[in-house]
Amino acid sequence: MSSTTDEPKKLTKKDLSADHPTWCPGCGDFAVLAAFFKVLEKLQIPHEKICTIAGIGCSSRFPYFVNSHGVHFIHGRALPLASGVSLSRPDLHVFAFGGDGDGYSIGGNHLDHAARKNINLTYVVMDNFVYGLTKKQTSPTSPEGFKSKTDPTGAIDRPINPMKKLVYGGASFVGRTHAAQVKHMMEMFERAIKHPGFSVVEVQSECVVFYPGIFDNANPRKGGEFEIIEEKKWDDTEEDKARHDVTDENAAYELASLQYPGKFGVFYEADRPTKNQLEQQWIDASREKVGDKPSAEILADRFASMK
Amino acid sequence: MSVSATSDSPETSEGPSGSAEGVTELQNAIIRFAGNSQDGIQTIGAFLAKLAGRSAREVMTYMTIPSTISGGPSIFQVHLGSGEVLSAGDESDFLVAFYQHSYDNHIASLKDGGICIYDSDHVEEVKKGERGIVHVGIPITSTTVEAIGGSARDRGKNIFVLGLITQLFQLKKEKLVSLIEKQLGRKGESVLRNAMLAFDSGFAYPVGDIVGQQFDLKEGVEKAGDQVTTDGNTAITLGLIAGGVRYGAGYPITPWSTIMEQLRSELPKYGGLFVQAEDELGAVAMAIGFAYSGHVAITGSSGPGLSLKMEALGYATMAEIPLVVINVQRGGPSTGLPTSVEQSDLMQAIYGSHGDAPRIVIAPKNVEDCYYTAIEACEVAKEYSCPVIVLTDQALASRIEAFSEPDLSSVVDPELDQEIRGEEFKPYPLDGLTKHAPPGAPMAEGKYPVVTGLEHDEWGHPSGNPEMHQRMMARRRNKLKAMAETLSLPEIYGDESGDVLLVGWGSTWGPIRESVSRIQSRDISVGAIHLRHLNPLPNGLEKLFASYKHVVVVEMNDEGLYGSGQLATLLRSRYCDPKITSICKTDGLTYKVREIVEKIEAIVSPA
Repeated sequence: MSSTTDEPKKLTKKDLSADHPTWCPGCGDFAVLAAFFKVLEKLQIPHEKICTIAGIGCSSRFPYFVNSHGVHFIHGRALPLASGVSLSRPDLHVFAFGGDGDGYSIGGNHLDHAARKNINLTYVVMDNFVYGLTKKQTSPTSPEGFKSKTDPTGAIDRPINPMKKLVYGGASFVGRTHAAQVKHMMEMFERAIKHPGFSVVEVQSECVVFYPGIFDNANPRKGGEFEIIEEKKWDDTEEDKARHDVTDENAAYELASLQYPGKFGVFYEADRPTKNQLEQQWIDASREKVGDKPSAEILADRFASMK
Repeated sequence: MSVSATSDSPETSEGPSGSAEGVTELQNAIIRFAGNSQDGIQTIGAFLAKLAGRSAREVMTYMTIPSTISGGPSIFQVHLGSGEVLSAGDESDFLVAFYQHSYDNHIASLKDGGICIYDSDHVEEVKKGERGIVHVGIPITSTTVEAIGGSARDRGKNIFVLGLITQLFQLKKEKLVSLIEKQLGRKGESVLRNAMLAFDSGFAYPVGDIVGQQFDLKEGVEKAGDQVTTDGNTAITLGLIAGGVRYGAGYPITPWSTIMEQLRSELPKYGGLFVQAEDELGAVAMAIGFAYSGHVAITGSSGPGLSLKMEALGYATMAEIPLVVINVQRGGPSTGLPTSVEQSDLMQAIYGSHGDAPRIVIAPKNVEDCYYTAIEACEVAKEYSCPVIVLTDQALASRIEAFSEPDLSSVVDPELDQEIRGEEFKPYPLDGLTKHAPPGAPMAEGKYPVVTGLEHDEWGHPSGNPEMHQRMMARRRNKLKAMAETLSLPEIYGDESGDVLLVGWGSTWGPIRESVSRIQSRDISVGAIHLRHLNPLPNGLEKLFASYKHVVVVEMNDEGLYGSGQLATLLRSRYCDPKITSICKTDGLTYKVREIVEKIEAIVSPA
């Protein structure tokens, strides 16, 4: 495979950088990209095994800015495509990127089903509460009252709650972070990548042009408070009782019901078989049943049954 | 008995060739079973078709099924013959009617002098004496119940009838019994025991005495190699596997579903996987994900589902992803006629989607060709790195034919390309065909490709350059023009010049071919060609057209606003030739030979 067989070259941010991002100066997505590079540098995944996939939107330009195998697909369908890659290529590390419109609106159904099937991949949603690429229309996470070009007098539809949608959908890792908190973001990414199954990190990533300041109330530098979820340590102490059990679905809903901006960290993490594993079991059993024969022989048996 | 003596149909034109000891020899027999969908009449037909394949007879079946969940009238027609069988037949020689409604609705489909066997437990009123039809009432239901022991109610009537038919036509009982044992043995001992009781009871029933004669359906000339008997959707499924498909995704829709059901069970045996997706959009996206990963991948659907896949198919053209798409056409638009046949998705297959998005479209002509077309689709998808749509249809999907067992010596296990790519690698070379580097393939220079739906340069970088867009557009178009150069002209069946050239595509192959000799018998010189490649079309068709006064496209779609069917419209557009016209229909049924003959007569000698 690689020309340097004995001493594999260390994968650096420089190797991973591709085109200069076309995002607006100050966009939260820059920090997401930087955090992603840092985590990949730490994990040292073989370069050719990284696969980044996205649909349409500002944040969905992500694959162009990562020097890896990648796909820039159509609006809302990054997850089923990424599922195809994950299910047929267990050797790869599959990452999907996108925004709130791509993931929660036009791709909302695919998100539920990728979560339900627990496809082994990591999905990063850069949620900015607005459609940015198309210049300020209401998004599925825009708060009620948000004035956009499609809601000039203020949004009237109730926004979806991404954390509830993800936990309900069946995602086996659900984390929430903030683009201004790079260290926390890196921790979420690393845990998501290491989690076997469908792992999602929702990043509050500010659109400085069409919804500036919306995430300030969770940004200490802007006078807000970044409240991190304290997870149970299972140390039998009195304090531990108040801490969050990440395997408790109801507790995850409670966290998701907190008044905005709520808390950040891992809402939910479950150990559940992936579709990848379950399908592989069926494939293995089927192969065993046909005695691991080559294709031509299995096909010949099938034709013999039609004589 | 005049099963065929008066008919002008070639199926039976050779007629009975002797009646020694009350046995009439038949070259062909068209038997229609009419009942309800839950009576298992398809099972009778399937057994007879399989038996035909094993007895060197040609066979073609035709069935209608209601689009309801359970119940509703259903027919299964079997055309057995010792010569070439090209269609399921216009009228039947024999009718087996299970109910009054079956009798009432189908007695008209029986030829003059034909034989009608009806279940006298359910059919009360028959028109004896009309059109010389021989009526034979048999208490099918009660005799079956009696044979099985009373507990099985109506079940088993189909196998009773199978026994009856076996005796009446002097079919090979041992061969049939071994087929029944093989097929039903899997369902458990008691199922098989009841089936055999019903079969023996039907076989012992003195139907020959009642009809007044028996028939000897002649066996055909042994063909080289073994015959296999199956339906179009199964042939597609196996062709895909032979073509190297190991991954696919789909969403259930009639009549495509049986392909995805079979792939779901079959592919794991080959180490592959078929996924039922959440919807058509997810299915095509996942299939593109499989293809991008380096596999030969498929998705499929029927008309409405194909429409839903269109955006992603535009992407597959732009990003040059090799993808096989099976479309089993049914009556449209919208939910339309889900269990009827139509060829009305041709335009959507070629031109559907946004922008100028050329793709390959191929259509199989019969069940055997379903197998080979699926293989070809896989090959050209890889060769030209673009989507390939296979247009089959509802009639082809479910009908059963026997054909020579394919040669499997070239079937190989597909290998994933993970070769290292050097600095010369360009995914979209302006002077060559795309061959993607699947993920996992290392890049010697350390620069990795992004596959994109944005217009791009040779390396796949997004480019809004007006000249680049034109050049890339030409590139995507020209590879299909290059494919056209490789296609040979279709062979002419019938007269090589004269009054009429019939042009067909898809499942109308049989009836069109069969109509040629009947049109010739009316002093009209006629030839027929069949187009398997619809986009691109083979070059040089105009040379064939030049030898005829009329070029008539026979298709199962609407004549549209300007009086031409979908293929005729394309041919008129390409050749600007007003002598190209079409015969169209949208009654949801396959063409009867008679329909074609009558319309051609009207075109050649207008009243």
